This record gives sequence, structure tokens and C-alpha cells, in this order.
Amino acid sequence: MKFGRKTQIAAALGAVTLGLTACSGGSINNNTTPSASGGSASGAVAGTVKIGFVSPQTGPLAPFGESDTFVINYMKDYFSKNPLMIGGKSYGVDIIVKDAQSDSAKAGQAAADLINNDGVDIVMAAGTPDIVNPVADACEANNTPCITDNAPWQPYVLRGKDGIKSTFKWTYHFFWGLEDVAATFQDFWGQVPTNKKVGGLFPNDPDGQAWSGNLPTMVGANGYTINFPPLYPNGTQDFSAQISSFKQNNDEILTGVPIPPDFTTFWKQAKQQGYNPKIASVGKALLFPSSVDALGDLGNNLSTEVWWHPSWPTKSSLTGITPKQLCDQYETTTGKQWTQPIGYVEALFEVAANALTTSGSTDKANLVKTLSTLSTDTIVGHVQWSPTAGPTSPTPNVAKTPLAGGQWRLTNGGAHKYELVLTSNAVATSEGLNIPLGGKEEALP
Amino acid sequence: MQWANAIVQGVILGGLYALLAAGLSLMFGVMRLVNLAHGALAIVAAYMGMVLVNKTGIPPFATLLIVVPVMALVGWVLQRTLLNTALNRQALAPILVTFGLAVILQNLMLELFTADNQSIDVGSLAGASIQITPDIAVGVFPLITFVVGVFVIAALQLYLAKTTTGRAMRATSDDREAAQLMGIDHRHIYALATAIAVGLVGLAGVFLGVRTQFNPTFGDVTLIFAFEAVIIGGLGSLWGTLWGGIILGVAQVVGAQAFPSSGVLLGHIVFLLVLAFRPTGLFPKVVNG
Repeated sequence: MKFGRKTQIAAALGAVTLGLTACSGGSINNNTTPSASGGSASGAVAGTVKIGFVSPQTGPLAPFGESDTFVINYMKDYFSKNPLMIGGKSYGVDIIVKDAQSDSAKAGQAAADLINNDGVDIVMAAGTPDIVNPVADACEANNTPCITDNAPWQPYVLRGKDGIKSTFKWTYHFFWGLEDVAATFQDFWGQVPTNKKVGGLFPNDPDGQAWSGNLPTMVGANGYTINFPPLYPNGTQDFSAQISSFKQNNDEILTGVPIPPDFTTFWKQAKQQGYNPKIASVGKALLFPSSVDALGDLGNNLSTEVWWHPSWPTKSSLTGITPKQLCDQYETTTGKQWTQPIGYVEALFEVAANALTTSGSTDKANLVKTLSTLSTDTIVGHVQWSPTAGPTSPTPNVAKTPLAGGQWRLTNGGAHKYELVLTSNAVATSEGLNIPLGGKEEALP
Repeated sequence: MQWANAIVQGVILGGLYALLAAGLSLMFGVMRLVNLAHGALAIVAAYMGMVLVNKTGIPPFATLLIVVPVMALVGWVLQRTLLNTALNRQALAPILVTFGLAVILQNLMLELFTADNQSIDVGSLAGASIQITPDIAVGVFPLITFVVGVFVIAALQLYLAKTTTGRAMRATSDDREAAQLMGIDHRHIYALATAIAVGLVGLAGVFLGVRTQFNPTFGDVTLIFAFEAVIIGGLGSLWGTLWGGIILGVAQVVGAQAFPSSGVLLGHIVFLLVLAFRPTGLFPKVVNG
């Protein structure tokens, strides 16, 4: 447990723990207090809001949580200088982080622990359906507002029993969906002449099932046919069967959603056995620069979906920082290349802060009421929930954010081995975010 | 031709499994010790290779000259300090010790190297292949792995059969008390066996690191296949381990050709069938002491 500040009054701490509100006023306030050095020293602080955050920091999903420490330190630093103004009173922000250890059961436990033992006002979670869904379920069970992202919205909505679409009262999610991936991938495929035959490398896990179940119909309308052998188990050591199927079918396009080690095994074998598609757009395995670096030179011009990129024409509604500045700061602080979750974790704090200040109280029922129609222009784009289905909100409790696509290109001596060059912005443009392209999709060698 | 290709690729994959399993097989054969830290140690070696390549720029295969001796030393110290003590207690103690060691190693690597996927870059060799027939191409690197796997097994077998220390190892394996009466210090023999075994894990780890991406928890995935190779082949039998690896590899790849969703599963089924009908493995060698 990490307690950033110890200056709060004990009585106020107790009150907040019980979820009481200091004030029931609903006026919207400027959420920042100009204060040169730690406003906490002044007597103006009325209490502390506690935000719980669950993410996978260790285990196989750890790359999704790798940048969290940086973003949370950045937010702690910000909140220590700029307490939130909630209902006319100044509140410190206490961020409590729990590691889900890449395990669904642990993620749910961590959320319940945050609610019942730490007495948090809001829970947030990020990083794949395996983490997000159990956290959201725990919040529904414990009547606590929950904001999540970094997981396609379909698995989130279908998390009820037996995959039935459920309605949720306490939990809100923002991210893109499979329809956006399908559109982005087709935007890639349209830029390079091919025979429109697609080989699909889908594993037998929730992502593989969702993709293989939906992608073929989504791209079928435009004449693409996806040939995919039955789903293989993660950890497969040899892909000769898939490769011979793709070769036999002459699939000039490759797609799929394998885990990174499996894609490396597959791609090296494909090269060895002479399967050379003209274009390869792969989800999940190519999200993180570390995974692409690990392919050596074979990663050049592989394409992937891009949720967020330093060139996004946005800025944080909370701190005013731009994506470029945030990524630069990350690279300077950690010495590592930027990753896409940075923006989405920062956006969670923007949405939470906006919900708190807009609602004007820390009352949980009041907060979810605010979230149901909340609109925030975050660093990842516009986040807007709506009780009725609309363009930004395909279903209540889900807000859609823009998606783009990019190609990993060797920099040949640049600061990083590979740079992610944006080559598709069709989906984001249709959603009203004009993202500058970095180049045109290039065929694989 | 697809089937011929599947068999060829399966045999080649089996060489990797045999290489991974050689150390495991040796430790079990000599000490009846199941080393659950085997996978984690392989990943330690892979990281060692990666750091050497990245920091010093030496070619990946040259790192073996450093990684293998260092890992062998690690194995020797491990046996002398931890495992020899554990072996003197109940049968469960050494298994628990190696399990604990695996957990500690994984978390240490997570602290040191984060959860990023890493790989050892061998440049153009990664995609190089030899065309055997128009339909069958064999990757150069997997082929090297296979050859090294066979060589390692053959060399170990010769060592155990022809050298004095090798004979002492077999003697200790057959009857520790009797060997002690003949003046053989079993603690020394055990330490030597573990040194060789962990050195071989180091060799396998570097090959694994070149073949695919690894992260601190990747060892678990590979450990299961190594175990299966050892058990299919017959506990304690080195040639058996090579055959076990090849049978497992062929079962997986040919199985995947027939049922793409069940390649790995068919490997497991072969393993279970062997356990059910030939619990001593297909090529049992051990004289049970």
C-alpha cells in the first residue's frame, strides 16, 4: 500500500472511508488549485479521495502494466500539487495500486480488497479482459464505481454468465472494439495489391475465439476470405501445419492475435519454410516494442493496431500534457521506448477526476450517475458514455475511443531499433479525430 | 508431401526437446532428483546469452563459451550447498527445494529484466533454410539445434560409459552405499553431475533464446515438454531421452497436421499412453537400486 500524503485530518479520513460526502453541492468546479508548492500545507484540504488501481504488473501480462508505475508517479506528483476541487472543497488524492499478477482470480480479489479493506471511492483497472472483467464484476458486487480500459469492448460487454450481454450499474469502460480492428486491418490491406486471401493465426483463448468468430464476417463484405485452421493452443512449439495450410491456400495476407512468443516461433518458421505473405497485420503480439525488437530484423514492416501514439492530436484534460511530451518524459525517466498503455492509464485518471469534480461529491451513487453521461476529452481521445446507444457509445457503460494502425519500421541506427509509423487513420477520422499519418502501408519483402 | 514435411519438422523439433531434456535426464538418472528449476535455469542462461550479445557484441554462439561454464559452476555450487543437504532428507525435500528455487529465480529475473519479451538476435540465420525437396525446407538454426542435441546425448553417453568418473556416476546411481564403500564420495559425484546437467541447461537455454522469445516465466512452458521427453524415453536413459524428444516432436507436428487444434494435446496423449502402458518408458535403462 502506498500512501502519498500523511497530512490529512484523521477525522476526514474516517469520513471518506465510509464513503460519506463532505458536501452535496453539484456545481462544477475548476479541478485544479493553483498552488506553487504542495497545497496540502494550507488548511484548505477537506479530505482525501481514494482511488484504487488494479493492473497486471507481474506475470505473462506484465507488459500491459509495465508503464503503470511511471504514470502513477506522474499522477501522484500532479495531485500532490493540485488537489481536486470537489463540491467547492479541496481534496487530496490517494492512489492505491494492486498487482493482479496476470491472474483473473487475483484481479477480482484485489478489487474486493481495495473496496472492503482500503475503502476506496473509485476502482480503476486496465490491461486485457482477463484483468478488467473480474475487477468490474467485483465492483458490481460491492456497489463501487469502476472505470476500466485497455480491453476491446466486446469481451467486456459479454462478461455476464454464458456470454449473455449484461447491463451494468457500477462499471464503465472505454476502448475500441473488434469492428475497429477489422476496419483498420482492411485499410492496411487495401493499400497493397493482393489476391484478398487471408491466413488467420488464431489461438484457442478468449481473444482468438472472439477474433476468429467475428473477423471473417466483418471482412467478408469487402471480398476478403479468411482461411484459418482450427484454433491452436498457446505455447505451440511448431507451426508447420498452419504454414503449409497458408502456403497451399496462397494466402497473401496474414492476420491473427497470437501471444508474442508464439508469433516469433511462427514467423521464424514461416520464413524458414518459405511462407512470405505480402502483408501481415497481427494483433496483440506486436503491440509492444520489446516484442518487435525480439524478432530481430524479421519484424520490419509488420503491421498492428495502434490505440495511442505520440502523434495523437490530443492533450490531457487534467495536466495539459501532450502525448509527445508524456512519451518523452517516460523515455527519459525509464530509459525505455514508449508503449501504448501509457496514454490509456493516464486517461483513466482524467476520467476519474472529471467524474469526481463533475459529480461534486464522493458519494458512490452520485458518481455512477455522473459517469453514465460523462464526457471527457482525454489524451487518448473523446470519452463519452450515454444511456442510449449512439456513435460514441455502442451500448450503455461503454464509450468508444479512436483506433489507428501502424507499421513497425527499422530505424537503422535511430534511438530505437523500430519505430511505429502510422499508416491507417480511417477509423479515427470517421470518429472525428484527425491523426496525421506517418507514411503509407508498405508490402513485406 | 505435407505429411513428410510434418515428420521432418517433428524430428527436428524433437532434437530441441532432447537438448532441453538432457540435463533433466542426467540429474534424474544419477540422483533420482526431479529438478523443477530446470526451466527457470534455462531462462537464466538465455538472459545471460542475451546480455553478453547486447553488451559485448560477441556472436551468439560464442556466448556458449561463457554461459556453459558459468552455468556449470552454478550447478556445482547448487548441489554442494543446497541439494546435497536436501537429498539427505525425505524424498519430497529436494523437489520442494528446486520448486522454491524456480520461484525465486523467476522473480529475480522479473526484477532484473522486467517482463519484456527478449530474444537473442542471430541476424539472417533466423530465417535461413535449406530446401530439401520443393515442398520441404528445413530451417538452418533448427537443424543446428537438432545436431547439437544428438551430439550432446551421444557425448554424455560416451562419458558415462567410458570414463572413470562416468562409471563412478553410474555406480553411485545404482547403489550409493556400495559406491561409498568403494571410496567414491557421492557428494562430489552428485555435484559433478549437476554441474554437467546445469551446464547443458545453459546450452539449451541459449538455443531456446535464439529460437523464440522468452520472458522470466517462459521456463514453465518448456519444462513440461522436457519432462515428457524424459518420461517417454525412459527415466535415466539418455538415448531414450533423445527418442522421447523425437517421438514427442513428431506426435505434436504430425498431430497438428491432422488436427490443427490438437497438436500439443496429441503430444500429451502419447506421453500419457506411455505412462499408462510402459511406466518405465520406451527405452528403460535404469537398474533400480
